[in-house]
Amino acid sequence: MRYLPLSTEDRAQMLDTIGVKSINDLFVDVPKHALLDDLVDLPLHMTEMEVERNFAVFAARNVPANSVPFFVGAGAYHHHVPSAVDYQIQRGEFLTAYTPYQPEISQGTLQTLYEFQTQVAQLTGMDVANASMYDGSTACGEAALMARRVTKKKKIVISGNLHPQYIEVVKNAIKHTDDEIILNDPVVNKKEDILSKVDEETSCVIVQYPDFFGNINDYSDLAATLHEQKSLLVVVTTEVVSLGAIKSPGEMGADIVVGEGQSIGNGLNFGGPYVGLFATRQQYVRQLPGRLCGETVDADGKRGYVLTLSTREQHIRREKATSNICTNAGLCTLAFTIHMTLLGEKGLRQLAKINHAGAVKLAGMLKSVDGLEILNNTFFNEFTVRLNKNAADVVEALVEQDVIAGLPVSRMYPDNPELANDLIIAVTETVSEDDMYVLVSELKEVLK
Amino acid sequence: MMNNQGRPTGVENTDTSNQKYESFTGSRGLSQVEGLIYEIGDTNRTGVDLPEVDDFENCLGGMERDQEIGLAGLTEPEAMRHYTRLSRKNYAIDLGLYPLGSCTMKHNPRLNEKMARLPGLGNIHPLQPVSTVQGALDLIDTLAHWLKTLTGMPAVAMSPKAGAHGELCGLMAIRAALEAKGDARSIVLAPESAHGTNPATAALCGYKVKPIPATKDGRVDLEAMKEALGPDVAAIMVTNPNTCGLFEREIIEIAEAVHAVGGYFYCDGANFNAIVGKVRPGDLGVDAMHINLHKTFSTPHGGGGPGAGPVVLSEALAPFAPLPYVIAGEESFELVEHEVKGGQSFGRMTAFHGQMGMFIRALAYMMSHGADGLAKVAEDSVLNANYVLASLKDVMSASYKGPCMHEALFDDRFLKDTGVSTLDFAKAMIDEGYHPMTMYFPLVVHGAMLIEPTESESKQSVDQFIGMMRHLVEKAKAGEKERFTGAPHNAPLKRLDETAAARKPVLRWTPPGADEEAAE
Repeated sequence: MRYLPLSTEDRAQMLDTIGVKSINDLFVDVPKHALLDDLVDLPLHMTEMEVERNFAVFAARNVPANSVPFFVGAGAYHHHVPSAVDYQIQRGEFLTAYTPYQPEISQGTLQTLYEFQTQVAQLTGMDVANASMYDGSTACGEAALMARRVTKKKKIVISGNLHPQYIEVVKNAIKHTDDEIILNDPVVNKKEDILSKVDEETSCVIVQYPDFFGNINDYSDLAATLHEQKSLLVVVTTEVVSLGAIKSPGEMGADIVVGEGQSIGNGLNFGGPYVGLFATRQQYVRQLPGRLCGETVDADGKRGYVLTLSTREQHIRREKATSNICTNAGLCTLAFTIHMTLLGEKGLRQLAKINHAGAVKLAGMLKSVDGLEILNNTFFNEFTVRLNKNAADVVEALVEQDVIAGLPVSRMYPDNPELANDLIIAVTETVSEDDMYVLVSELKEVLK
Repeated sequence: MMNNQGRPTGVENTDTSNQKYESFTGSRGLSQVEGLIYEIGDTNRTGVDLPEVDDFENCLGGMERDQEIGLAGLTEPEAMRHYTRLSRKNYAIDLGLYPLGSCTMKHNPRLNEKMARLPGLGNIHPLQPVSTVQGALDLIDTLAHWLKTLTGMPAVAMSPKAGAHGELCGLMAIRAALEAKGDARSIVLAPESAHGTNPATAALCGYKVKPIPATKDGRVDLEAMKEALGPDVAAIMVTNPNTCGLFEREIIEIAEAVHAVGGYFYCDGANFNAIVGKVRPGDLGVDAMHINLHKTFSTPHGGGGPGAGPVVLSEALAPFAPLPYVIAGEESFELVEHEVKGGQSFGRMTAFHGQMGMFIRALAYMMSHGADGLAKVAEDSVLNANYVLASLKDVMSASYKGPCMHEALFDDRFLKDTGVSTLDFAKAMIDEGYHPMTMYFPLVVHGAMLIEPTESESKQSVDQFIGMMRHLVEKAKAGEKERFTGAPHNAPLKRLDETAAARKPVLRWTPPGADEEAAE
């Protein structure tokens, strides 16, 4: 068995050293009837080739995003990742290291975390960022809990244009507190009324930027109002590339910014693993969930990095910790920071421009399609269209033509007939002009 | 140059080693110093070529980002060098035995990485039509089948993102089940030796945590536990094998006692590696248990994640499992993303469907080993740990008598009067080319040293480790205190000042001169 180095002779010698006769003598503490006599009912070990064959069968029954004109976004985006990223994250020194609890032999991971935290703080326009959360949605749940700790208030106002699955995650995260959630209805193409929902008891307002339907809203006034009454503004960004084109949430007055970092450095992976971004203002540092990397010096005065402020965390504070998180998104964080370093300011801005230009171009082309109306006035690389037919049916019809046209909103809101014909279309740099022509002509066909 | 904390902001002129010749660069041979991307790169540099775009009218609604972000870029050769140099400052499984108890740092097969990168598995979107991801749903269902079979449990929730997230899932299911009976209860019992995530998770579910003491032989004190039980106890959280590396002999009595008062048994499955393929938690009365795929099933730890923490559930808890879940229909797989009519799911823990990338790797690992190999995994991990225990217990102080499971616990009694602490001893291991074991955990013994060699180590490798440990013990007892208190001497850095880091946290790079603004 290729992963198990002990030989039969080794095992015999070792049992002898230990002073027992058989391996099961080491399992004496297991209740007799619970120790299995036989193997469990599963296949026996396989060669590499056999395993590969099995996985080829799984893979063949999926349609990968790079194989067809592909327009699905809604919280996960099909971007191109430079080859250097994957080579680096597969270096054994990064891939097979544990959490950097022994800083003297973990400076590689720690310095990349410090650089990552700096990049995230810069992108979001905040003072500090943590070393990552599981993903954007769980980061969003943690933000609601953190706002509660900071403000000691108990009312959470959630925009109806927050990603619907993020809304569900927040609901679940605060379920066993006595917090109350005020949730708006989704409004695709009108201005959402949030201010009237806010009062003195509000701990935070959670908005998405650009929102789930692709709209770009300025939340500066909302932030100002919230600050007057000591409530927090939580801004969620699920497409982090957008921050290369639009004002940072920090500039609008956000107090906590959470995001999904998948777009940078990380593949689609059918939804995970991704990387949750979490940034805030300096004054709230001690209320942050998750790990933080900080600068220090060694015994010789040389600069180095360590995990710090761990008295917030579960392994020290136990039931009083700011979060129960332990393992986070380590390697996805590394992929993010390497890709962001390869881009740099110049590359990120250009990437954002290409994404936006593509979306603008497709939106223009779609104007020629009868039975389709673009609902957004503003957008980055994603917008919502209303069709003259059920959007889920249209998407299925286009699958037959080898086009994956977008996300029918009904998949998120199956019980809302008003949204049944709405389709969210995303355009990244991976979408070619040819792809756009195919989409437009297929839509013309199916909507006529 | 010094920053606002009086620390050097660069890597220049920091060669203070005692070597005969000073180094101009600070580097010494293959031990190279490396600055931050912000010191090497700048905002004009980039490592990607992107096409130009013709002018167009934007749709950003006047929200253009006009201030500089400040992101430093590097060209590809600079970036490759930066990260390669940094990687060499990390210890890793690929470099040596990694005896971190409770972390299961076993070999990470590269086949699993290759499978996760097949375009048909790695490049699919969580929200593309279900008809175009049938293979992915099949894979999730297949992994679920393996997990259920290995644990002897009827159901599994696949979406939790890591062990602690799995704990949360399990306790939320328990709370939902109790609430469905109109009896939420308010207390969760957890042994003193529990991982910190256990009490932190219970608190997130609105429960008060009542600690249960350990017996002298390192197990849950059944009598004390029975006394703590009552109609207000929702659950007991027990790690089994426990964090002292021991199997809870009275596990069935524990389960029966908590069931007798209408509570549930949550098992922390962090140490499942010791019993996989040999013992099924379902036969022990467990109601919920998370499985760290990044421990038992070898998905890489990646410097702190990502993990995955599927939770197996008993019949009683299965109806309360979170969304989404996969159903195998007659002709195709269905993905249930919304609560069905009359359903009792407690809700959604994360966007999308869980850590697919980790599912692929874990399933490849399981298939490679098979039913026979997985049982061998448990046996060899237990054998290696007991071999370490047997080979060190005459010079170190083993905390408990009898065989251990996959990790061996020692405490610091053997260091008495040496002036060497567990921390010092650990740092001296670094000088010998090893990552230290888990230190000061579990909390139930003084100066704990928890050693988990895993099944991936050959006998030669374990023998060398044992020899190294015996050597260090000898030196500590011989009064070579400096060797330990000054350690590590040979790592990229000397011992780091963690107190200073926490007192005045510097959590990001700031441009020289901007320090004062950014200071707290």
